[in-house]
This record gives sequence, C-alpha cells and structure tokens, in this order.
Amino acid sequence: MWLCNSSIGRKVIMSVTGVALILFLTFHACMNVVALFSEEGYNTVCELLGANWYAVAATLVLAALVAIHFIYAIILTLQNRKARGSNRYAVTDRPEKVEWASQNMFVLGVIVVVGLLLHLYNFWYNMMFAELIGDPYMGPCYAGDGYGYIVETFSNPILTVLYVVWFVAIWFHLTHGFWSALQTLGWNGKVWFQRWKTIGTWYVTILMALFLVVALKFAFCGGAC
Amino acid sequence: MAKNISFTIKYWKQNGPKDAGHFEQREMKDIPDDTSFLEMLDILNEELIEEGKEPFVFDHDCREGICGMCSLYINGTPHGKTETGATTCQLYMRRFNDGDVITVEPWRSAAFPVIKDCMVDRSAFDKIQQAGGYITVRTGAPQDANAILIPKQNADEAMDCATCIGCGACVAACKNGSAMLFVSSKVSQFALLPQGRPEAAKRAKAMVAKMDELGFGNCTNTRACEAVCPKNESIANIARLNREFIKAKLND
Amino acid sequence: MATINSKIPEGPISEKWTNFKAHQKLVNPANKRKLDIIVVGTGLAGASAAASLGEMGFKVFNFCIQDSPRRAHSIAAQGGINAAKNYQNDGDSVYRLFYDTVKGGDYRAREANVYRLAEVSANIIDQCVAQGVPFAREYGGLLANRSFGGVQVSRTFYAKGQTGQQLLLGAYSALMCQVHAGTVKLFCRYEMQDVVIIDGRARGIIAKNLITGKLERFAAHAVVLATGGYGNTYFLSTNAMGCNCSAAIAAYRKGAYFANPAFVQIHPTCIPVHGDKQSKLTLMSESLRNDGRIWVPKKLEDAKKLQEGKIQGRDIPEEDRDYYLERRYPAFGNLVPRDVASRAAKERCDKGYGVNSTGLAVFLDFSEAIQRLGRDAVEQRYGNLFDMYEEITDVSPYDNPMMIYPAIHYTMGGLWVDYELQTNIPGLFAIGECNFSDHGANRLGASALMQGLADGYFVLPYTIQNYLSDQITVPRFSTDLPEFAAAEKAVNDRIDHLMNIKGKESVDSIHKKLGHVMWEYVGMARTKEGLEKALGLLKDIRKEFETNLFVPGSKEGLNVELDKALRLNDFITMGQLIAYDALNRNESCGGHFREEYQTEDGEAKRDDQNCFYVSCWEYQGSDEKAPVMYKEPLKYEAIEVKTRNYKN
Repeated sequence: MWLCNSSIGRKVIMSVTGVALILFLTFHACMNVVALFSEEGYNTVCELLGANWYAVAATLVLAALVAIHFIYAIILTLQNRKARGSNRYAVTDRPEKVEWASQNMFVLGVIVVVGLLLHLYNFWYNMMFAELIGDPYMGPCYAGDGYGYIVETFSNPILTVLYVVWFVAIWFHLTHGFWSALQTLGWNGKVWFQRWKTIGTWYVTILMALFLVVALKFAFCGGAC
Repeated sequence: MAKNISFTIKYWKQNGPKDAGHFEQREMKDIPDDTSFLEMLDILNEELIEEGKEPFVFDHDCREGICGMCSLYINGTPHGKTETGATTCQLYMRRFNDGDVITVEPWRSAAFPVIKDCMVDRSAFDKIQQAGGYITVRTGAPQDANAILIPKQNADEAMDCATCIGCGACVAACKNGSAMLFVSSKVSQFALLPQGRPEAAKRAKAMVAKMDELGFGNCTNTRACEAVCPKNESIANIARLNREFIKAKLND
Repeated sequence: MATINSKIPEGPISEKWTNFKAHQKLVNPANKRKLDIIVVGTGLAGASAAASLGEMGFKVFNFCIQDSPRRAHSIAAQGGINAAKNYQNDGDSVYRLFYDTVKGGDYRAREANVYRLAEVSANIIDQCVAQGVPFAREYGGLLANRSFGGVQVSRTFYAKGQTGQQLLLGAYSALMCQVHAGTVKLFCRYEMQDVVIIDGRARGIIAKNLITGKLERFAAHAVVLATGGYGNTYFLSTNAMGCNCSAAIAAYRKGAYFANPAFVQIHPTCIPVHGDKQSKLTLMSESLRNDGRIWVPKKLEDAKKLQEGKIQGRDIPEEDRDYYLERRYPAFGNLVPRDVASRAAKERCDKGYGVNSTGLAVFLDFSEAIQRLGRDAVEQRYGNLFDMYEEITDVSPYDNPMMIYPAIHYTMGGLWVDYELQTNIPGLFAIGECNFSDHGANRLGASALMQGLADGYFVLPYTIQNYLSDQITVPRFSTDLPEFAAAEKAVNDRIDHLMNIKGKESVDSIHKKLGHVMWEYVGMARTKEGLEKALGLLKDIRKEFETNLFVPGSKEGLNVELDKALRLNDFITMGQLIAYDALNRNESCGGHFREEYQTEDGEAKRDDQNCFYVSCWEYQGSDEKAPVMYKEPLKYEAIEVKTRNYKN
C-alpha cells in the first residue's frame, strides 16, 4: 500500500490526520466560546456529547487520528534520523527562511500529547469516562457539568500555566503544520505558498486565541464575570 | 582593492566510510580576499604537500558553479553563506573576516557515504535518474522541434527546474537527509513539458520509489533545501512532485 | 612515409553523407548484441554516443573521471548551439552554416566533415527538444534564437546562459535511460590510462579506479575516445580542473596521429587573471557581445589612471572611449570571431591601453544596452552572468563596465580522424573536442556543442558500424591476453616511477611553470625564436618533473596528487606537440598567430600556397624524440577560398 511504504504516502497520512485534527480543534474552539457567554448553553453542548453512540464513535475516530498521527510521527522521525547518518555536523547554521517550528515538529508534538493527557485527565476522564462507567460523581463535579470543570481547572494557577504552555506549543506546531499539510498534499505552488502561509498563520492564531481567551477568562475571574 | 586576511581553518579528515574521522586545524596567513574558497584550499594543500603530508581531499571540477561537483559544508551551511546562492567554488574569501574560524565538513547523510575527507559518494543521485529521470526517445529523426508548441511560461518554468546541478546541498542541509528537492526538480522539468507528460506518472512513482530505497529521509517541509540551493530551486517543485505522485497512485 | 587516407566519400558535397549512409556496411540487430564498445568520456559527445550505441543494441562500457557523467565540462558551455533551421527567416541554410564554419575556421577544416556537421545540425535540435531540453521560447511557443560571433544570421538556440548544461543533461538522461535498460555499463571515477592494441587494432583500455587506486582491464571490439581537449596544458584556462589530454596522448603514444595541435582557441571574454594563486579562468559568455560594447580609453593617460585605480571605467566620457572592434571591423563590430577579438584586445593592451592593475584587461560595457533596452531586459538576458561576475570580482556590471581578457578556451586540434571519425589505428575512434576535424584553425561560438552532439548522436553510431560489420565473427576478448598484461605493467611501472622520485616540487608548481611557458611563448602571438625557446624550456620542465617531483601518499587507494602527476606527464608531451606544430606552421591562421606573418595593419596572413594542409604528428617511441609530421592536403571544392574579411 503506497500510503504506508512510500515516503510521500506516509506524509499524506500525516497531512490528512493533521488536517482532520485541525478541524476538530476548530469545532472544539467554537464549543469553548459558548462557555464565555452561557453556563447552561455550554452544559447543553456537553450533554449532547455525553455517553451516546455517536459521541463515542467520534471519540474513537479522534483517538485513532491522534494515534496514527503520533505513531507515524515516530516512524518518520526514526527514519529521518537514520537517513541523516551517524555523523552529526559540528557546526550548523539555521538559514533565515527555515522556521524554528518546522525543525522541531516532533518535540512540539510530544509536548502537545503530554498536554493532551493532562487535558483528558482534567476533563474527559471526569466527564465522558465517568458517564461511560456509570459513576457520574467520581470527579469533583457532576459529570454533565462541563462548566463546573472549567471553573475548577482554571482556578488552579499551575494548571492554567500548563494549559497556556500547551496552547503555545500547539500554535507553533500548527503554524508549520497547516501549510505543510497542504504542501504535502500537493495543493501548493509558487503563488499559493505565501497565501497558504498567511491564511494558515491567521487561522491558527485566531483558533488558539479562542482557546486562550477562555482559559484566561476563567483563570482571572472564574465563573463570576 | 584586495586586502589580506588571516584565519583558522578546521577541516574534516576521514579515511574512508568506516573511519571515525576527525578535524584538523591550521592557521592560514595573509590570504588575499579575492582568492576563491577552493583556491584557498589549494594553498592549504600546497603547504601540506611541502611538509610532506597528504593533501586535504575534496571534490571540485569546473570551478564556475555549474558542474555540481564541489560539496563543502562551510560554517554550518552547504557551500558556505552567500546572499545570492552559489556553489563552494563561487565563494570568495571576502565573505570572511580576519581572525575567523572556518569549519569545513563533508555532506553528512547516510545516502552519501564519505569516500575520503570531504569527498562523498553521490552516485545515489545517478541511480534515481536511472529509475526514470528521462524521456524515452530514440536517437534518430523525431518530429521537427517547432512542431511542439510550448508556452514561454512553461518553457521558462521547466528551465528553472532543469537548472539543478545535482550537487546534493539540499540533502546536506536537510535534517531528514531528504532528496525531495533534487527529485522534484527533475520530475517537474518533465512534468511541465508536453514531451514529458506520457511518462509523467510512471516517472514520479519510479523516482520516488528509488529515492526511498536508497535511504533518503522523508520531507518535512522545513525549506532548508530551498534556502541553500545554489540554483534557487523552489519547494513549489516538491508540491508538484507530491501532486504528480498522489495523482499517479490514485489512478493505479 | 605513411599515407593519409581521409576516406571522403565520392560525389558532390551535399550528397556525400547521404551516399555514405546508403552504401555503408551495417550490423544486424542480433550481431549488435555480440559487440562491445568502450566509450571514454561522458560529455556531450561521449554521453550521446554511449546512449545511442546502447539503444541500438551494442554493449557499451562508458567511463568518466568524475563522480557522475553529468559533471563533464560540456556542462559549462553557456551561449548556445547552432543549427541551420532558418526559423528566423533570415536566409540561413545548411550551406550557409557550412560556409560560415569553414570561413570562421580560416579554411583549415576538412570540407566534407563540416558539410555533414551542418547537415545534421537541424536534427540535433529536434532530438534535444524531444528529450525535454527546455530551450528558450517565444511567446507563441516557438523556439527562440540569437546571433553569435562570426555570422550574420540568428541560428543559435539557447537555454538561458546554460545551454551546455541543458544539452548535457539531455544526453545524460538518455544515457541514464540506457544504463537502466542494461545496455550501457557505467564506470564513474575511472580514468583511462592506456589503450590496448592487439594485432594493430584497438581492443581495450587500461583504466585506473580512482577510489581504490587499482588498475583494471577492459576489452571491447572498438574504443571511442570522447575525452575533450587539451586546454589545461596552459594551466590557466576556462577548462575544468579535471580536464586533461591523457587519453588522447595515450592513443598518440600508441601510434595515433595528433592533428593540428597548434590550433588553440583563445576566448576573448574571460574574467582577467587576478593573482598567482588563481587556479582557473572563468568565461563570460560570448553572447554578452550581442549587447555589450568593447572598448579601451583613447588616451594613454586615462589608461594609466585606470591601472593605478584612480578612476573607474564609468568616469571616462564617451568621446574618450575607443570602441576598437567597431572601429576596425565595421561590418561585424563586436561580433567578430573569437580569434580576431582576442588578438585585438591583446594589441590594445600591448600598446598600454589595458584597464586594470595588471594592464591586461579591456572593458565590456552594457551602459548603452541598459539605456536602449532597460535594466530589466538586460537582467532578463544576462542576469545570471552578471551575478556571477559580481560574485567573482565584487563589481556590478550594471554600474561599471565589465573587465575581460582573452584566455585559453578550446582546442581545435586533436586526434586525427578520417571521415568516419576513426583514427589511423583501426577500431579507435575519436569524437567531440577530442578530434580535430570540423573547426579548422578557429571555432565559431556555439559550434562546439553542435559538433559534440553531431558526432555522438548522428555520425559515430553510423560510421562505427562500417568498422564493426567485419568484426561480428570476432569473439569477445579475454583481458588475460599478454597485450593487456603488458599495457597494465607499463602503467604500473610509470606509477611506481612517479611515486619513487620523491623530489621537492608539487605537481601544481611544475604545472604552473609549464603553463607560464606555454602562455608566454606558445600563446596568442608566437614567433620562431619564442617557440624554439619554449621547446628548450619544456625539456627543462620535463627534466624537473622526472627528477624533482613529489607525490605524497601511496599508490594504493585514492591519491589525487598521483592522478594529477600522471596527467601532467601528458600535458608536457602535449605542450611540446603544440610548440612543434606552431613552429612548423609558417603562417598565421585562426587561433594560430605567428608574428612574422601578418599584414601591415596587424591582421593574420595565411599562406594558402604552402600551408593548405592538416598537420598529422606521429610519435617516435619516446617523449625525448621530436615527432614526425605528415600532411593531409586540404581540398576545397564547394567553397571558394578567400581571405577572411570581417571589415565590410
């Protein structure tokens, strides 16, 4: 299968899963924004995404996407290290054109995954998992009270800082990932290169700003304002 | 007017692919700054030979930036740093300052094993070309050259792709040791011309397969290749190769 | 005395090649598989020949000294390739290209060969376009052309300033296709050391694996040399560092005639020499002369100031500039042939009008072109050349005129071949710059690429069959034959000798001395006294080489210095050959200028009474002995021989 045994195929897998995850983040950000305006609204959304078949199916797909993206990242990174050879350069000089993020995608990805585990522990474990095992009171709040969990999580300044670091890592990861995915899929060229980069940077910046605003709002004024 | 500079040169010595290799160091005194980098190495070698030592080995030939033979990694950049992009042989000592330490290393990539010192084996590029970097045409009497109309824009773009000199700086600069810029430039040249279309799908698949087989890494779009390419090949070519390849595979 | 048989076919000139092809002997496809051919060299001629022969079904062994066939120095040709296509509707024809080439070569080329070259020129363009060579195009999608020195039509096809590169990559891709198909076996980083002769026929070569240092034997039914010219005899030239004449000299030592060695082309537009550490000279394409104007100051005091660095070219007002080519040759102006332009530059500099610190440079000025066409148009045409010039000299040609000076560029002389491109040794062929046949005493711009590809694609693949057709019953040779052993031993002994001299001088330092003697006495202007002196000095250089050379390292493994030493040995022999031939040719023609033979206004004076011949030099068994010369008389039937006139 060319997707697995050719270099471009493997990259296509990275791109497609990456783009899908960006779309998921977009959805997630929209959902978060609701919390800024209405506690009930947000909890309704949480309810919708509770323990029902379509939410579980989507979760599984999402988990598969992350897993594939991450496993392929490991495979590619190992292959690339091998291709580099056993001797390393004594002196290296990063050309101006080369973005820092592009050369550190794997490290950024690892940070993102660690952040993700924290996030799953804070929210998903207490909400969806709790409902799935039928123990909605296992966390500090009732499983359906997503809003409560937001307030709870960001009242902890250490967690808030960790989340901000996480967002920054995702931002870096996506500024490269966005246009890189399109490049790998072949939807790029001399003219579109700059366009995609600009579109990508704006898109990702707005996306991560939405996450950040929600986190900071609850960190500084809890559920009060 | 030319002025003289003195500096330290650290150069890589390695006795074959299995040898561990090490740096040697030498003070170079009063080198005129209109000397080319390779002429400076000629001076170094003359000094070494005068002392009865073996010279520092590196590839070079035309010394006018077109044959693609020269291949030195200078102070962390393939071919050394210039604004316009140039090969090692077109690098002049006026780019350096008095008292500099200049580090010279070979292309380091698993697919380019060191032969000796800074001379590496780039025959992998030839093998990729053999896999499909051509238009199959018999010597003889093809149709008249003007029978194929090619829009100037396409011809110019194909020409830009075709200027690749196969030096391997792209592979040397890439942290993944990927040869995508080289392969994509060749694929693009033919993909842009009507003569190249009949074999386009076959070519893209064969050249990528050979590239993978030879142990080059996966492209992660860092653009390091484009930044150091002495002939300014663009990563737009890589996008085109991806397109050609994916299209070919989907049509299989 | 040997007889020289050039085997020119019968019939009127325009039918000779057709007749030859119609009546020559061919090899049938089944027999082609049984025949092996060695092709040494992978430049335009070598790669195109190897690819074409492989595709026809022969088994081909192809050798190159670099790491890849694509590095051959054909790649550096900038300007373009001529072809009699008449796409521009300016009256071009096969005859006109033929005529221009013979006239440009100062009537010292073999007529029949040149006509054939002009005939196949159009096919080359078709072939290259089919291969995907991205020649420059007009907006309508048709091929574009430009004009070049020495002609009055636009027949030069080009791919930016990298035509040689594109054509070579075309031939290289054809070659790679055949390697993939298994018909051609490629040997990179191998250098031919000797040709093996069995029963008077070339049957193989001894080649040195440059990585392991080992000598290896290769047998074949025929050997084709496509190893380029001998310009590096002069140390400084526009040739690549690795270019050498060792394969040709090996053939010469085995009895092949060396023809017209004195015909060396000096290219007028090179970047001037800047210091004694310089390793090579960089050519600025002749195409620059289409829009650039060549001049020196009218006043000696201005030249003095330029030499002292007090003023720059742009400071000299228009009325004080001497556009000497336009003044002397109104009809062709800056586009006179290379030899004429080179001598004119030397003449001005000898009179003291040189414009750089060494006094050995003239200006090539684009200010008028920039005014006329705009900076963008000039950049479009010459941008890459201008950038290259600026990188090397630190001066921008947009702001200040370029400085140029003539330098050794191409060698018209080479191994003597007959109409079939075969040397006087049966089974040994020479193609491209390596042979002598098509350019006479001077080569026109954009004709080298044409000749290399013509030989490789369209001539040799036919003519070699004429030889091979009676070889089909000859089985493949074993490399264990005593002839191979003897040839290998001779090379080995030579290597041992060089390694054991253990003197004081490096290869390059002796090569520089050789180059100095060659440029000084056997260069642009030659005299009887100078040439005799040169022959004496060359003896001294050989003695120094034989007794005081130092080659570090061992003969095992890669030894760059040893390889250079082996080549230098042959360069010295080559230098002697050039000097002998120059001394013998008592006339001035093309690239060969003897000061004794010039008109009152300094133009070359040919002697058609006594010098209407190709000189063929035969080796006499030792480098110490003077070679013997035979003459191949030149007959012109289709062309009336005239004095070259580029004035009106």
